[in-house]
Amino acid sequence: MLEVFIFATLNGLVTGLLLFMLASGLTLIFSMMGVLNFAHASFYMLGAYFAYSISLTMGFWLGLIFAPLIVGVLGAMVERYGLRRVHKSGHVAELVFTFGAAFLIEESIQFFWGPATKNYRSPDILDFPLFTLFGQEFSAYRGFMIFISMAIFIVLFRVLTHSRIGIIIQAAITHPHTVANLGHNVPLIFMGVFGVGTALAGLAGVIAGPVLTTFPGMAAVLGSIVFVIVVIGGLGSLAGAFIASLLIGLLQSYAIASSVGMPDLLDLLGVSFEADHPLNDLWTVTLPQIAPILPFLLLVLVLIFRPTGLLGKREE
Amino acid sequence: MMASIAKLSLWAGYLLVLLALPQFFDSILSISIFNQMAIAIIFALSYNMLLGQGGMLSFGHAVYFGLGGFLAVHTLILIENGSVYFSIIFIPLVGGIFGLLAAIFIGSFSTRKAGTVFAMISLGIGELIAASSLIFVSFFGGEAGVSGDRTFGPLFFGVDFAQDLEIYYLAAIWVFIATVFMYLFTQTPAGRMANAVRDNPERAEFIGYSARRVRFISFCASGLFAGIAGGLFALNYEFITEENLNAATSGRVLLMAYIGGLGYFIGPIIGAVVLTLMNSLLSNYSELWLLYLGVLFLLTVMFLPRGFAGLIMMHQVAWLRGTLRRLALPYLITGIPAFIFILASIAMIELSHTDGEVFHYLGVSLERGSSIDWMLIGGIAIAAFLATRKSLQQLKDAWEDANTLPGDEDS
Repeated sequence: MLEVFIFATLNGLVTGLLLFMLASGLTLIFSMMGVLNFAHASFYMLGAYFAYSISLTMGFWLGLIFAPLIVGVLGAMVERYGLRRVHKSGHVAELVFTFGAAFLIEESIQFFWGPATKNYRSPDILDFPLFTLFGQEFSAYRGFMIFISMAIFIVLFRVLTHSRIGIIIQAAITHPHTVANLGHNVPLIFMGVFGVGTALAGLAGVIAGPVLTTFPGMAAVLGSIVFVIVVIGGLGSLAGAFIASLLIGLLQSYAIASSVGMPDLLDLLGVSFEADHPLNDLWTVTLPQIAPILPFLLLVLVLIFRPTGLLGKREE
Repeated sequence: MMASIAKLSLWAGYLLVLLALPQFFDSILSISIFNQMAIAIIFALSYNMLLGQGGMLSFGHAVYFGLGGFLAVHTLILIENGSVYFSIIFIPLVGGIFGLLAAIFIGSFSTRKAGTVFAMISLGIGELIAASSLIFVSFFGGEAGVSGDRTFGPLFFGVDFAQDLEIYYLAAIWVFIATVFMYLFTQTPAGRMANAVRDNPERAEFIGYSARRVRFISFCASGLFAGIAGGLFALNYEFITEENLNAATSGRVLLMAYIGGLGYFIGPIIGAVVLTLMNSLLSNYSELWLLYLGVLFLLTVMFLPRGFAGLIMMHQVAWLRGTLRRLALPYLITGIPAFIFILASIAMIELSHTDGEVFHYLGVSLERGSSIDWMLIGGIAIAAFLATRKSLQQLKDAWEDANTLPGDEDS
């Protein structure tokens, strides 16, 4: 029991931190432009594919450096030449634009790389068990994932709160006109934040690609969960996104590892149903089965009872 | 008086076109495309009730379509078993009623706010239902879905609806009825208030309307018609799967309504027709058609924020002033190089993706390995692009010319 719990916690931590790398960029972009970027997970997927292609010739580590840079430049271009143009048509048009961009990126990836799963592998140097607990191994690569995402979180937090550029960004979020009047180029800041946000997503893709498999549907797998996180955490709140990422990661991990279900609950209540009961599926459902829908259930509940999210302030 | 006659003849023409279509295109393929169009038109119009008229961006509209469809198939099974006895022409209504019930339940909490909150709730509900459809197998049938048979139940004046053509006439009638009712809805106080709440919910509240209530009414009506479309889908295909209520279907209806034009009642109809045609015809020629669709969608969002219908309506002023003719030549001057550019780009995309060494395109054989061929198409594409760009100014001038009266310039 204890070993299941510890490994579920570790795996949940890995997933949660990975989700945070996506959610942090998404929530930053939202607080700047008020736009939920539907294509965010697509940039994550692009990161994995670029890193795969680079790793074929130059190895994993150069991919780790260059793939996020390429994705960030691409993201900045999308903002500069696409999103900025649509901005004048209103928020719905912007949202629909990012939705279309997500669609197009997925199709482009199928065009350039094909629909098959890519054999993108973690580096051999990290191919050893970091430690062995209760006879189960915890791979060094997962430890590396935890290390990278923690490092990103700390750097991002320091930059945003303690550096000059971070303070300008924060000011541009709340008072864009004042910041512009002070002589800062606000559109450039927007483009930069969009680029950095998408680069972070790309980095998440680079390190997640080998573990979560690199295939054209990988954006769709994480895309809506990342939305769930930024909404639950509170739109625009970085700390909220961090808490919600860990919450969702752990929740899913525990639900998958657990073995309880409706039959146990019914036993506890002393109720039983015939196997041919019309709602038989409901009476036999188990927690691991419904693990994929838990985040969405949480999302709907949060939106009904606390539309601003856990730490959000923005009221529409 | 004149206006109402014009309107009535417009509707009569619509009905006539719907009923006459199979007379001109009677192949099995075209009938199946018309059936898809009929379903898409109702679905896209119902989506426009939300987004275009009510200002509610939904990412989970397929839920009402799919749930309506599932219940319709289950009703078909009940008819087959003899548990209930009525003609299958009412199956779309069954789907509609279930879509309405689902919308009443979900709308009771999701319409409290518009904007991002509504969009996110719709996304969450959509994912929730799509994911649970794989868990509750007895109702949704898992990945295989559920299937029925539409040939049971009492005959409708001797018609048993075994043929697709018979289903088309049934679908045409349903499309007409649904279109009329959705149009009439826009004319009711509820429909008008939906526009008001979309544009300025605060003001609508000040004059005594509950924005939430107005949104709720639009939402329910939209769920009803989405369910009707789902029921029609069930009748046409006689099966339905989880795919019909997941995010991909929700995305497709958004695409249809947006490309067609959200601001106009006719917009989603145009979008549904164009996208269904692209879907069925283009997919025969190229496996990359989704790529083209994505490009078309992004270009529409960027350059035609009001969609195809908006593009047509832009010419209204020139039409009324009788200056539309002056635009024909400038359109040709810009249009021909633009068309060549598109053709050359498609040639390059297809050539780089072709399986064999030789690619046949518009009567020309292009070789994948030949750099001369590549340079030739590339050269044509660049030249056509530059020519298009250069010709834009004359089009702009002609546009100004056609839209200003001789007296206007001085003032």
